[in-house]
Amino acid sequence: MAAQPLELILGRQFGDSLSMPVFLVDPKGNLLFYNEPAEEILGLRFGETGSMKVEEWSTVFKPTDIDGNPLPPEGLPLVQTLGTQKPAHGSFYIDNLKGERVLITVTAFPIVGRPDRYLGAMAMFWKSPLV
Amino acid sequence: MKINVWGCRGSLPSPDPENYKYGGNTSCVQVIEGDTCIILDGGSGIQRLGKQLGPEIKEIHILLTHLHIDHTMGLGFFLPLYNPNVIVHLWGPSATVEPLLQRLRRYFSAPLFPVRLNELPRHPIIHEVDDSEFEIGGVKIRSTYVCHPGPTLGYRLSTGNSVFAYIPDHELSLGSPNFPNEPEWTSGYEIAKDADLLFHDAEYTAEEYATKIGWGHSSIEDAIEFARLCRVKKLALFHHDPMNSDLRLESMFQECTRNSKLDFEVELCAEGNTYDL
Repeated sequence: MAAQPLELILGRQFGDSLSMPVFLVDPKGNLLFYNEPAEEILGLRFGETGSMKVEEWSTVFKPTDIDGNPLPPEGLPLVQTLGTQKPAHGSFYIDNLKGERVLITVTAFPIVGRPDRYLGAMAMFWKSPLV
Repeated sequence: MKINVWGCRGSLPSPDPENYKYGGNTSCVQVIEGDTCIILDGGSGIQRLGKQLGPEIKEIHILLTHLHIDHTMGLGFFLPLYNPNVIVHLWGPSATVEPLLQRLRRYFSAPLFPVRLNELPRHPIIHEVDDSEFEIGGVKIRSTYVCHPGPTLGYRLSTGNSVFAYIPDHELSLGSPNFPNEPEWTSGYEIAKDADLLFHDAEYTAEEYATKIGWGHSSIEDAIEFARLCRVKKLALFHHDPMNSDLRLESMFQECTRNSKLDFEVELCAEGNTYDL
């Protein structure tokens, strides 16, 4: 297996060090890593799932809008960032695998390495109080 | 591929009598393949190398891992730069904003140095590389950014079935959350995997490293584990701390390898060493 670019290796280490939930994806949207705080929200352990393709992770959590309507993958900030290579931000509900409905807020941003290499994206998200 | 070591000290030249065996010059390694002359880094060792190059050498490629002063301080004293009959290529890491040429000019200008790059009889040809693959003469070269402060590359040089990997400044543990168990998440793995010979940063003991996290260097123990992960055939420990004498280096080496079961060769790199791959 090929090694990841340094920027993603350091991104994973950075995410691993944070107490806020973090997703790390490659340019194709493959979920390369999510940290322990993200495991808490998602109800899944990274050690059990390993990396996941975008089609898998963007639907496994059943994202919905505030009215409960399913959100298509392209409605998620991280998927938007993957498409545009620009930061995106938004709030939505997920039904996690523990059977809980959780309102989360996400800020996603692209990872562009030296000198101008698009390498993927990182999303930081946090649980918001249910409204 | 023939490899000559002209400097393997880290950080600061330390030509003390007690450093005689391993040498005091900073990073400089010459790679010869047929008529091709490649030099890895321009530390203080490049000054002596420059004096010894014969008139038959008309083209030289200097590959800089990064621009920290111990890897560039010898450039201004490299005689071929003052010989109009020699073409010198300078290869180095791309940065986000400032071109490599501009960053090199900081060294070749006041107050650090009296001669500007454009005052040399023949301006060196500048090549910026990042995560790149290129070829010089018959040598295939791969470069990848590795974990060290500022833009820093490791180089993998291949000819036929021989591979030489050069990562003189590299902090393994900082960039690898589960080091040394996941090659995919280990900085420098692509450079060193299955190499016949690896020169790797081993500035500290594990105990010393604990107080110097983030400084950009590795312990001897981590360098050995990295070599094991990469399945290299031979590891030469590089970038010796300028504070460490020959005696100290050897006692560190014995202490760090005493309980290791090694199925590959490990040695302390020494100035003057030569390797044939």
